[in-house]
Amino acid sequence: MFASLMGWVDARFPATKMWEDHLSKYYAPKNFNFWYFFGSLAMLVLVLQIVTGIFLTMNYKPDAALAFASVEYIMRDVEWGWLIRYLHSTGASAFFIVIYLHMFRGLIYGSYKQPRELVWLFGMFLYMALMAEAFLGYLLPWGQMSFWGAQVIISLFGALPFIGEELALWIRGDFVVADATLNRFFAFHVIAVPLVILGLVVAHIIALHEVGSNNPDGVEIKKNKDANGIPIDGIPFHPYYSVKDIVGVVVFLFIFALILFYAPEFDGWFLEKDNFVPADPLKTPEHIVPLWYFTPFYAILRAVPDKLMGVMAMGGAQGLLFLLPWLDRSPVKSWRYRGPYFRVALTLFIISFLALGYLGTQPATTLYTNLARVFSIIYFAFFILMPFYTSIDKDKPVPERVTMK
Amino acid sequence: MRTLISALFIGLMSLTSIQAMAASGGVHLDPVELDLSDKASLQRGAKTFVNYCLSCHQASFMRYNRMAKDIGLTDAQVKENLMFASDKIGDTMTVAMRAEDAKKWFGVTPPDLSVISRARGTAWLNTYMRSFYLDDEKTTGTNNTVFKDVGMPHVLWQQQGYLSHDEETGHLEHATEGELSNYDYNVMIADLVNFLAYVGEPSKIQRLELAKWVLLYLFLLFLVVYPMKKAFWKDIH
Repeated sequence: MFASLMGWVDARFPATKMWEDHLSKYYAPKNFNFWYFFGSLAMLVLVLQIVTGIFLTMNYKPDAALAFASVEYIMRDVEWGWLIRYLHSTGASAFFIVIYLHMFRGLIYGSYKQPRELVWLFGMFLYMALMAEAFLGYLLPWGQMSFWGAQVIISLFGALPFIGEELALWIRGDFVVADATLNRFFAFHVIAVPLVILGLVVAHIIALHEVGSNNPDGVEIKKNKDANGIPIDGIPFHPYYSVKDIVGVVVFLFIFALILFYAPEFDGWFLEKDNFVPADPLKTPEHIVPLWYFTPFYAILRAVPDKLMGVMAMGGAQGLLFLLPWLDRSPVKSWRYRGPYFRVALTLFIISFLALGYLGTQPATTLYTNLARVFSIIYFAFFILMPFYTSIDKDKPVPERVTMK
Repeated sequence: MRTLISALFIGLMSLTSIQAMAASGGVHLDPVELDLSDKASLQRGAKTFVNYCLSCHQASFMRYNRMAKDIGLTDAQVKENLMFASDKIGDTMTVAMRAEDAKKWFGVTPPDLSVISRARGTAWLNTYMRSFYLDDEKTTGTNNTVFKDVGMPHVLWQQQGYLSHDEETGHLEHATEGELSNYDYNVMIADLVNFLAYVGEPSKIQRLELAKWVLLYLFLLFLVVYPMKKAFWKDIH
């Protein structure tokens, strides 16, 4: 009965073929470790954000006079509204934590390298879209930090020569961040950017499944196939990785629930204190700080004395990540078999990224600005010097087959 | 037991608070122990709130009947004792004073207090309410060490009495005695702050209640899914 029904469907739509291509006969390396949980977790958080977002829009009012109150209405008067709202606000930060760890995995195991350049590029575009999505969404509660954060970020466009001021005005739809801005940000946040994200996720996964997954050894499992053409070191994604990822999901949800239920503000890191004050265009808060996931780039922006150069440095810091597949000249993918130059460079890069992230949250004192300059230079040097240090590095021999550590 | 501990805690705080604050130039904030399950404290805080705050400040997101349910009162009790500003139990806590009048009288519209505990923090509120001092240069006659040149007068002067501020040492000392002892006044403010913390997030009560069940569920689920993974993977080497 079921077989004949599937036959009927398959004659009209490749249901079984898609199931096999992407799950039951998609052969993934058997040596995935801890770092390989974050791709599926990112998908989980994306779904969580979309579902909670839909329910939030049912009661949220994208109107400068009503927005702040409508969020409190959701927190108090809507059935389970507080849970939906906290799932969404905690989910936003969780999304970035998961994505940063996912990208870190790509860096240490060389997952961006040939033949996965497009996987990396689609992923980078996803990261950009995610930052846009978070920035747009952060305006919606219409608190002080929403308002002034948007004011500062949009004014950065004003630094561009000739068109800058006009461009900033065009983005805001008003001379300051106002009702018009809130309305269009809402439109972009709930439909435009999510559509882009969904499209890119599909492209990211199709590209990945075309070339196959990398692994902690950076060995191409497709080089060693058995008589049936199946990679010897490959195992079908379903059921092996579906049951494994469920464990990851449960552990993730446990930590997520701990934060959501016991510290949804996360001491001001996930929900800032100033955002419990309604937006007031006449009162600038003492410290305008973007949310934590933007602070590394914010620190780079502030480290450069000239505003236009700062904006370009911030753009460059993100742009260079796109070029990674072509900057890295080493034939070796994985950290495990890389030489000392790359290992030191990557370690310094990660330290710089974290340090910049911290400095971006702090007031720009002389000491902190100078530190931010040092770390910014290390950040850029990691990329700019990469073609040199990766081509002369003393890489170790890569094994023929994957190892089970 | 818990009430006893918090009473001791508050007592200790009241001994040390004024000195501690002065020690760091008036910016030291005294934390306050919050307990959303202490209904008596919440009820006392609510009483102070509606009697002294709600004439000028609103809590326009807080409904009377929601408050009644959460702090352990009946609708009738709230209507009888705590509702001076409106007559429908489903109303939110608004004031009759018009915003433009308030601005004329105080120089600034008194802020809505619905989420003030989340914006300012409870330690700030606790310290602020204990730090009004006499200042002739102010039209209200008082100033505040935590919020300089604040438009709000010392509303609870009858209870606390007036304090004077020693410019040199930064100490706050009683210029006149109030109806309440230092200890009792600090308890009054602690209850008020506890109530404001409740008003800031009424759903926190449900949140903490639900938390343990969600975590228990996830833990039990882990006990199922981890062995399942082990079983599937037993042949992979």
